[in-house]
Amino acid sequence: MNHAIKRVWVALTVLFIICLGGLSYIQFFNAETLNDNALNKRQLFREFDLPRGAILVDGKPIAESVETDDGQFNYQRKYTDPELYAHLTGYYSLANGTTQLESKLNDWLTGTSSDLLYDRLAAMFTGKQAEGASVQLTIDGKLQQAAYDAIPDKSMRATVIVSEPKTGKIRAMVSTPTYDTNLLAVHSTTQAAKNAKKISEIDGLSQYVNPAIGNLVAPGSSFKIISTVAALESGKFNMTTPIKNPMKATLPGTNTQLSNFGQGICGRRSEADLAFIFAQSCNTPFVEMSQAIGNEGFADVTERFGFGQQLEIPQSVTPSVFPTNDVTADQLAQMAIGQFNNKVTPLQMNMTAMAIANDGVIMKPNMVEKVIAPDLRVIEQPKPEKFSTATSPEIAKDLKELMKGPVQSGTAMNARVPGVDLRAKTGTAQVRNLDDGTPIVNSWITGFAPADDPQVAITVTLEQVDYNTGHNTAGAIMKKMVEAVFNK
Amino acid sequence: MTDVQTAPVPRRNLELLLLLLALCVGGSAFFLVGSASEVSDNKNFIIQMSIMTFLALIIHVLLRIFAKYADPVILPITVALNSLGLAMIHRIDIAKGTSQSARQLMWTAIAVVVAGIVLWAVKDHRILRKFTYIALLVSIVLLLLPLIPKLGVTINGARIWIRIAGFSLQPGELAKITLSIFFAGYLSSNRDLILMAGRKFGPLQLPRMRDMAPMVIAWLLSIGVLVIQRDLGSAILFFGLFILMIYVATSRISWVLIGLSMVAAGGIFAYTTMDHVQRRVNVWLNAFDPEIYQARGGSAQIVEGLFGMADGGLFGTGLGGGSPYRVPLANSDMIIASFGEEIGLIGVTAIVLLFLLLVSRGLRAALGSRDTFGKLLASGLAFTLGLQCVVIIGGVTRLIPLTGLATPFMAAGGSSLLANWIIIALLLLISHNARRPMAGAVGPTDEIATPKSSTLKERLAVIKH
Repeated sequence: MNHAIKRVWVALTVLFIICLGGLSYIQFFNAETLNDNALNKRQLFREFDLPRGAILVDGKPIAESVETDDGQFNYQRKYTDPELYAHLTGYYSLANGTTQLESKLNDWLTGTSSDLLYDRLAAMFTGKQAEGASVQLTIDGKLQQAAYDAIPDKSMRATVIVSEPKTGKIRAMVSTPTYDTNLLAVHSTTQAAKNAKKISEIDGLSQYVNPAIGNLVAPGSSFKIISTVAALESGKFNMTTPIKNPMKATLPGTNTQLSNFGQGICGRRSEADLAFIFAQSCNTPFVEMSQAIGNEGFADVTERFGFGQQLEIPQSVTPSVFPTNDVTADQLAQMAIGQFNNKVTPLQMNMTAMAIANDGVIMKPNMVEKVIAPDLRVIEQPKPEKFSTATSPEIAKDLKELMKGPVQSGTAMNARVPGVDLRAKTGTAQVRNLDDGTPIVNSWITGFAPADDPQVAITVTLEQVDYNTGHNTAGAIMKKMVEAVFNK
Repeated sequence: MTDVQTAPVPRRNLELLLLLLALCVGGSAFFLVGSASEVSDNKNFIIQMSIMTFLALIIHVLLRIFAKYADPVILPITVALNSLGLAMIHRIDIAKGTSQSARQLMWTAIAVVVAGIVLWAVKDHRILRKFTYIALLVSIVLLLLPLIPKLGVTINGARIWIRIAGFSLQPGELAKITLSIFFAGYLSSNRDLILMAGRKFGPLQLPRMRDMAPMVIAWLLSIGVLVIQRDLGSAILFFGLFILMIYVATSRISWVLIGLSMVAAGGIFAYTTMDHVQRRVNVWLNAFDPEIYQARGGSAQIVEGLFGMADGGLFGTGLGGGSPYRVPLANSDMIIASFGEEIGLIGVTAIVLLFLLLVSRGLRAALGSRDTFGKLLASGLAFTLGLQCVVIIGGVTRLIPLTGLATPFMAAGGSSLLANWIIIALLLLISHNARRPMAGAVGPTDEIATPKSSTLKERLAVIKH
């Protein structure tokens, strides 16, 4: 019997050791995996009990943690003017996760960034709660408001970007439709889920995508800025080269006809120089030009302008696409006027204007002005940084000249503001036709001002509007933005 | 006899020293819990620790009187575990605004008083052998009590509770003891018959059916518990107890194999016929599936426990520093996870080792016991304690499906405390019997010592208690 009892002891000891093994596996060997598990909300819970840093515009918080006694957590995230900033800040939510800047700036806002190590240590020893840093944005609150106000109908899918070509700082970035981020930040998960459902039903809105940097749409004729740069770079064209401008041109290798816009002024000349073509946004010359540039030429120039490149502002910008592999000549011709598989973000076209404004150099777009520690010490202040050299200063100068035409006498006349030398290019990309034949288009205008010393690059994008609304509204919004910037 | 035996030493002073150490451990845990939270006064701490100290000293004094040769380690470990459990329940209370720790302390007091009564009334464990069949009867009654309409209540899907005068009781917890007494009594009497009689069947010696009948009844009872009361944990416990007792009685591995195959048969039967068993197994295997995690009665409990323990890591967040209250049932089923989170792998390992030490001391009492009944009873009781720990820790660490077994002495719950304290009282008595000086050269015997003081009637009353 004693023998059996000893064996029982051995068996139980083995079982206990297996239990210890299980505990060691969970608490030591596998702990990191468990901590990183998507279902694990502990880190989040911990963050929700701590004061999170604010996101500031002009020194005033647009997102901040305020003390609350809702019984669940110590702090509630509160957004000021949420409709203005929803696509920038995103939201900080227990039920819906964390998005946009709230997510990208998380290390700063929670104070876990390595630059705040000293503050964390100090908090540990003084017994005070560790606080997150605040982040001041480059956004100009007045411009942001002006951009929002300039959009006449908030259910319209519109985006307005204002940036500084010399520094890359983004001064305004607004998209509609928008929503109230406070609705998603509520602590009650059932309420948050209900609100999220309501928001997901708004047409043309995704709570996860900032349209200015996340929506890929056809750029239409606004892309001709880049096509023209490529044409000039090829050496086969210069500012005075006469280029054929027929009413209709057959796309190479097909029977498909490409035409200039119906009632336009393009038809007045069957051969024209770039200035006329650019101002009136004629299409047919680009068939010849695209063939002269070729696939490699386009691949090269689009890459320099930022297509296909990773960019964080600090939100991740969806790379714009201009596929050149296995692209036939007729497809290339369509892509040269911003159609077919040529897809860009509004920010890409803003960067295009920035390149021309800044002698061919694109400064890295950026939204963070500075990071301020809880003791008001500035711990980070991003310096203007070069993103790429899009083209030579000479060609940038030529384009600057060309972009005068649309404003002076062409397609962008409705954006003209007396006393401000605006340079711009419009674009209209046909998306589809309604049942009654009304064309639905993406409407663009991108440009910069003033020409001699560009202070701002402005881009307006309207997605899926009918042609007339698009053309008129885009120009009108551009005009209002120029007025807002220059106090006219 | 050529063995030179050292004279037995009572070692009660060592126990007192260890007891003070144990109270210090529990007390500092209690203090840390209180000071980490923002509760301004630590009044609770002083009151609760004083009560705990008083209770521990009652048992210590009773041991000095009735069982002065009892193992000096058993009581301190129990007190340490019990007060650590109280501290953790108090900690969860602070976070949740509940007052479970006061209830737990009250139950501790009841349990310790009952354990004291057992020490005083039983004095010699061999008396219990007289109640072999009464113990079986009591076991059956205890297990069937929750099935009586109006008396029984279903909590968390298991019908293992009864409610009397506002108190919820789990009579099955006490059945662990009565069943151990029955198995020990029955097997010590019929051991030879089971071993000798019967046909040989290959390498296995099969007993005669009539010798096995009471055992089969006990086995069916445990199956019944599983089927009717939907309590997987208790079923495992009773199966385990059953197999262990037969093995210790016969020393034959073949019996373990027979027992295990019966368990396997029972398990397969349960799995194929019962939804809740299938659901348990599914939750266990696919715990990290988001759908199962979010499902009602899904894996959220176990997974949150795992996250908590991972969060605690090697050193833990410190008592009061973590958030164990995010885990459902953090102060009962998942209390090990709560400890894992707040005192880390190192702390929880210490707790597991305390349990192992306690179980080892119980088995040591069995080894030293001079009578078969004592050996069987002590190993049964010690094994019950050990198996409970292993099943619940295995469940919390997802080595096996999670069951609702209570972590002995720690988990919030009165019945479990009461039962486990009675087990401790019995183990103390058996160890006293094993270690006390022998009156003459008496070998292992099955004889019952002459009752000294109390009458049979009184003792019966105690056992029914």
